[in-house]
Amino acid sequence: MTATPAKTGPVTSVARNRTVRQYVARVLFAVLMTLVGVLFALPMVWLVLAPFDATPTLSLEWPDWTLDNFARLAENPYALRSIGNSLILGVGTMVIVVGLGALAAYAMSRIRIPGRDGILYALLLLSSIVTGTAAMVPTFQIITQLGLINNYVGVLLVLAGGILPTVIFILKDFMDSIPKSYEESARLYGAGPFRILRDVVAPIARPGLAFISIWTIVQVWGNFLVPFILLRSPDLQPAAVLMYTFYTESGQADLRLISTFALLFSAPVLIIYFVVNRRYGFRFHGGIKS
Amino acid sequence: MIHHSRRGIVAAFAVATASALVLAGCSGEAQPEETEDGPVTLTITANAITGGKNAAEADWIADWVIPQFEAAMEEEGRDVTVEFEPQGVDDENYKTKIALDLQSGEGADIIGMDGIWVGEFAEAGYIKPLSEVAGDAVDDWEGWEQIPEAVQAAVSFDDERYGVPQGADGRVLYYNKTLFEQAGLPADWQPESWDDVLDAARDLKQVEGVTPIQLNAGTAMGEATTMQGLLPLIVGTGEQVYEDGEWLGDSDGLRDALDLYKTIYIDEGLGDAVLQQEAAGRDTSFQLFAQNQIGILLEGDYFWRSVINPAEGVGTAPMADRDTVVGYAKIPAMEPGSGIEGQDFVSMSGGTGRVLNPNSEHPELAWELLAFMNSAEAYEERNATTISITPRTDVNDAILSEDPMLTFVSEEVLPVTAYRPPLAAYPQVSTALQQATLDVVSGSSVDDAMSAYVDAVTDIVGEDAVAGN
Amino acid sequence: MTSSTVTPPAGRVTAPRRRRADDVAGLGKARAGLFVAPALIIIGIFLLFPAVWTVWLGMTDYRLTGLQAASPEFVGLENYTEALTDPAFWNSLWLTLIFVVASGIVGQTLIGFGLAWSVRNITGWVKALIEGLVLAAWVIPASVASFLWLALLDRRTGTVNALLGTEGAAWLIDHPMEAIILFNIWVGTAFSMQLFSSALSAVPPSQIESAKMVGASGWQQLRDVIVPNIKGHILTNTLLITLWTFNTFTPYLVTAGGPNGKTEILSVYIYETAIPGGQLGLGAAISLIMLLINLVIALGYVRVAQGRRKR
Repeated sequence: MTATPAKTGPVTSVARNRTVRQYVARVLFAVLMTLVGVLFALPMVWLVLAPFDATPTLSLEWPDWTLDNFARLAENPYALRSIGNSLILGVGTMVIVVGLGALAAYAMSRIRIPGRDGILYALLLLSSIVTGTAAMVPTFQIITQLGLINNYVGVLLVLAGGILPTVIFILKDFMDSIPKSYEESARLYGAGPFRILRDVVAPIARPGLAFISIWTIVQVWGNFLVPFILLRSPDLQPAAVLMYTFYTESGQADLRLISTFALLFSAPVLIIYFVVNRRYGFRFHGGIKS
Repeated sequence: MIHHSRRGIVAAFAVATASALVLAGCSGEAQPEETEDGPVTLTITANAITGGKNAAEADWIADWVIPQFEAAMEEEGRDVTVEFEPQGVDDENYKTKIALDLQSGEGADIIGMDGIWVGEFAEAGYIKPLSEVAGDAVDDWEGWEQIPEAVQAAVSFDDERYGVPQGADGRVLYYNKTLFEQAGLPADWQPESWDDVLDAARDLKQVEGVTPIQLNAGTAMGEATTMQGLLPLIVGTGEQVYEDGEWLGDSDGLRDALDLYKTIYIDEGLGDAVLQQEAAGRDTSFQLFAQNQIGILLEGDYFWRSVINPAEGVGTAPMADRDTVVGYAKIPAMEPGSGIEGQDFVSMSGGTGRVLNPNSEHPELAWELLAFMNSAEAYEERNATTISITPRTDVNDAILSEDPMLTFVSEEVLPVTAYRPPLAAYPQVSTALQQATLDVVSGSSVDDAMSAYVDAVTDIVGEDAVAGN
Repeated sequence: MTSSTVTPPAGRVTAPRRRRADDVAGLGKARAGLFVAPALIIIGIFLLFPAVWTVWLGMTDYRLTGLQAASPEFVGLENYTEALTDPAFWNSLWLTLIFVVASGIVGQTLIGFGLAWSVRNITGWVKALIEGLVLAAWVIPASVASFLWLALLDRRTGTVNALLGTEGAAWLIDHPMEAIILFNIWVGTAFSMQLFSSALSAVPPSQIESAKMVGASGWQQLRDVIVPNIKGHILTNTLLITLWTFNTFTPYLVTAGGPNGKTEILSVYIYETAIPGGQLGLGAAISLIMLLINLVIALGYVRVAQGRRKR
């Protein structure tokens, strides 16, 4: 249905050209979005289908439907518990880093501490190497000296130390962008700094806080090395560590267990994400007038 | 206002502290204090976990060793509790973890480890000879007489016993009798030389959709390349990776071995070179063999027991007709008589074992437990469901007759087998050897691969320690 | 900070740029210190201290096992010269740069922004679906994600080969860098999308309305209203994405650095050196070199950021 300019006047032709262009743009947009959606969805199809297949392989097949894999996994004494452990570690780290990170980010945003940005960047950079393999020995030694081996406190502190710089960095960015007029009015009404942070800044920064909370949980959820070296008892290990038990001694993956566990391992963090997103939203809606 | 905000800060700290305390409460309970004559707790760790990796070993420890040992101790009037700390990760991570534990003076009383780590751990001072840790009781143990010297050597270092081996293994050539029949080859096959193997592979190449031979190569497979690839070839040329205090350098034997790789993967296309570079290549080779798509595969008895084993829930790539379709043959030397010690046939063996932690607070008792875990009774129980070759000849005589393949390994292969040097430098030299095979199968000339290897090994152990320099 | 005790007149708040750090809440330096202290203490003990220790390790021949574990020797800068003269290091650095630019800066940031921009005005299930899929890829733990990609690209039974009819194509062997770049885009785009979504919705609607009123096209709105408004977010995002991409280890789970080192980006190179290779001292030294490279990058961004502020 291409427009034929000869039959129409110049004005309508321009208008119609615009509609056509808009229409084409729309179609293109829809095609593009579909493509992006398919590309992102494609790898996940296996995750959804394989756990229900009696004999899963790496190929994508219509499953020979069964729930046996879940039953087998339920018999595993560590599998389900490990997902609970991941929750404890994820939420625990989140509470620490979001709480302490918000305090620090707010103070850093509102007070000119000498060399503030420099410190922040330096910590951000350090966090990238220290969470890697190179600092494994020092970290282990420190936790041993503190007597926190096989104790969640040790894991939480190490995880928090690695994640806090990024949290502060991102939150400070959010806090910087919050107009100060609210705080000023609150102060005029006699509110103290902590109360201002809690009752004025935090609600406005809520999308940022929600975002960083989820980010933290995602980080912790996938972390293998820290809990693995700092915890001894398999009863305490999180799912990221347990995932590796489903390989044989020669490194073969037991696809029945791995696929099923992968689904159970991914599900809670997906659910948390979508619930938080729905409830709090990662956005600044209205409120701020400029 | 100031008052107000100060309270706010206090509240913030209180929240932080409280959350830390709450979380601390969620973590593992502290070990009870032990006194000299009070109850004793021993700990065992191994890379085995119920419902996952090496589950049979984990179940055996938890369900048999611990209750039996605790009961035996109770009869003697001693209150002993044994705890098991299972792990289920890849070997590198497990090794890292036990090294960190031992380094900080902690860790389980009995630790399972690959025999090949014993040298590095001993050199680091992490482990000590058994008799140094637990005294004379070690040398008096009845079990040593049942364990052949060569098997003991797998967890020894500098002629001292650092651990008790927990198994023995050997490598063979597996072949698919169905494919052999299609290629006009005998069902009862025993090659006498590398050329015999190549001839069979050439015949197999005529069969549609079949990879004639897969000989482990490349770095992606790690140690599997060295143990189930290059080393059995090298000993077939009469050389060893470490001999008379020197590491293998530019030698005829290594050249011949690399030439064989070149013939198989590059010149004649008898093997799938791409497979050797895949991250999960070994896994895939198992699957393909089980699906009758690989003719000949060099693997350990592990492959028979735990990969193609048709028993429910045991094999990871089960072959229902394993016993009729899968044949096995000794690995021939390059030519008859060209192997080490003038042998016609060769193999390589590894082995895992258990060591005592020198930091143990109750070393004598820990030894008692270790000896108990290695008693004939314990091995019989351990092999009640799936049989593997034990280090003890008395147990092997009793149980192996049920499985012709393991009997074959025990009687035919173990007498001609060789072991890797239990030295700290070995893992790195092994990586350099893997790289040499990778270079060849990805198209480099044998000369280039060789010179790169010599550079690498010189870099690792120093010029003086490389043969031929 | 004496000025903090003076409450600024409310009217001045609307000219915030120069006074962005003003203490409007009456925090005061001492209390600000208390706010910052708990975080800094944790960071100090569990980040800074191991970091300094790592720097020290980088100047020894320390290993986790063997003789050097018992008595590591101080070797000064030997590890650094060893790393810097190793062609494998330079190869690894080059691969890392390609990886960062292609998957981080171009891939995640641009696609993330594109998605945030595209879905900003649509509502309902389409938006929820697109965002949901992208976010799910980000939320799925790395060990699972890598497995999904192995299944996707498997040579024999992979989904891609089945869909494209390219049976037997070994994507991970023949195009390993492309594979990990796409993988990393898949994994990480959601972060940029989220950040830009938030940033876009924080752009004052009145400004967009005025732009629309004068007939600005979507592209013009983007250029003249949106980008100037979210410049800070763009910088933050690009900086974080660059650092994270530089340091990510996840591609190892897909290709294990192979085939033959073709995807041995720096984080993988360090792992191979430190753990399977056992040379923790050398690994620590390379980590520090990596840190310095990151520092240069960060300084570049800071310069841009300061330039932005001056304007």
